[in-house]
Amino acid sequence: MIACPECEATVDLPDAPRLNEILECGDCHAELEILSLEPTLVGLAPEVEEDWGE
Amino acid sequence: MTSPGTLAVVASRIRTDEKRIFDALDRRAVSYVHVDSRTMWSSADIAPLPWDRALNREIGHVRAAYAAHSLEAVGTLVVNSARATEVCGDKWRTSMALRSAGLPAPRTALALTPTAALTAIEEIGYPAVLKPLVGSWGRLVTFVPDRQVAETVLEYIAALPSPHSHVVYVQEFVDKPGRDIRALVIGGEVLGAVYRRSEEWRTNVARGAVTERCEVTDDMAKLVYGAARATEADIAGVDLVEDEDGRLLILEVNDTVEFSGFQHAMGDRVDVAGRIVDHVLTGVHKWRG
Repeated sequence: MIACPECEATVDLPDAPRLNEILECGDCHAELEILSLEPTLVGLAPEVEEDWGE
Repeated sequence: MTSPGTLAVVASRIRTDEKRIFDALDRRAVSYVHVDSRTMWSSADIAPLPWDRALNREIGHVRAAYAAHSLEAVGTLVVNSARATEVCGDKWRTSMALRSAGLPAPRTALALTPTAALTAIEEIGYPAVLKPLVGSWGRLVTFVPDRQVAETVLEYIAALPSPHSHVVYVQEFVDKPGRDIRALVIGGEVLGAVYRRSEEWRTNVARGAVTERCEVTDDMAKLVYGAARATEADIAGVDLVEDEDGRLLILEVNDTVEFSGFQHAMGDRVDVAGRIVDHVLTGVHKWRG
């Protein structure tokens, strides 16, 4: 478990977290990115850019 | 950029799709390295990179295209190729590729200025749809029912700062039956198709559309295969729409295909991540010839 950097709510980590994995805070719905695995650090994920997509 | 792996998976954003791909690689005991494209840089005279091949899952079109070009320049086999990434990532270049291949698509025009776009819209007829040349998920796709709205939207477009934004992609509005079709093709093999249904006129999964399995007809399979060939895409999500007469038209070809909705609708019938990995590892030369 980690704290959401936006609202400080507790965010559950997936069973096998990956570097750069995107999570969503269940409370404030902020998109979070796993920035480090040992120790586990998360930050706000980058905002969607104009050329993002499929 | 150094790594012990022979396969690089280039991605800055690890979503469910990328995790499935990593899991598929792990199940096959394939050595690979995840390369965060935000850390990538290339020297014009750098020695070859240690990766024989790369799967490009970068979400940003500009970064994806430059990453593919940089890797190909030093001899790495990239899936999708830089050319496919550029063609699929630009709606007009996709339209040109489809037209060259004689594939059916809605009537489309490209105007080089907002002023010319008004003429193009009048020629296409109302209602029309304006789309950004680059981008996905239905973002900024605009329904234009009449001249009054066209003039207003084009005034906004003219006020945008980027010259790219002033080049306007105009398409006829296809009155589809509340759904469109997403088909997945890998190495020329059509894996299947799903309907994407929505209350909204834009039927993107990213906008909440619901997917359900769609039977692939022979006609559909030919179009999907043809779209992948025309754009030189190893891996593609081809979007089709049925017009009022039930005729299939190709809307776009996606080179960094998101497949969670497709996988959900298809269930156990196909393992998309596994097929992507298998193609990258063993299928590329067969498809590209």
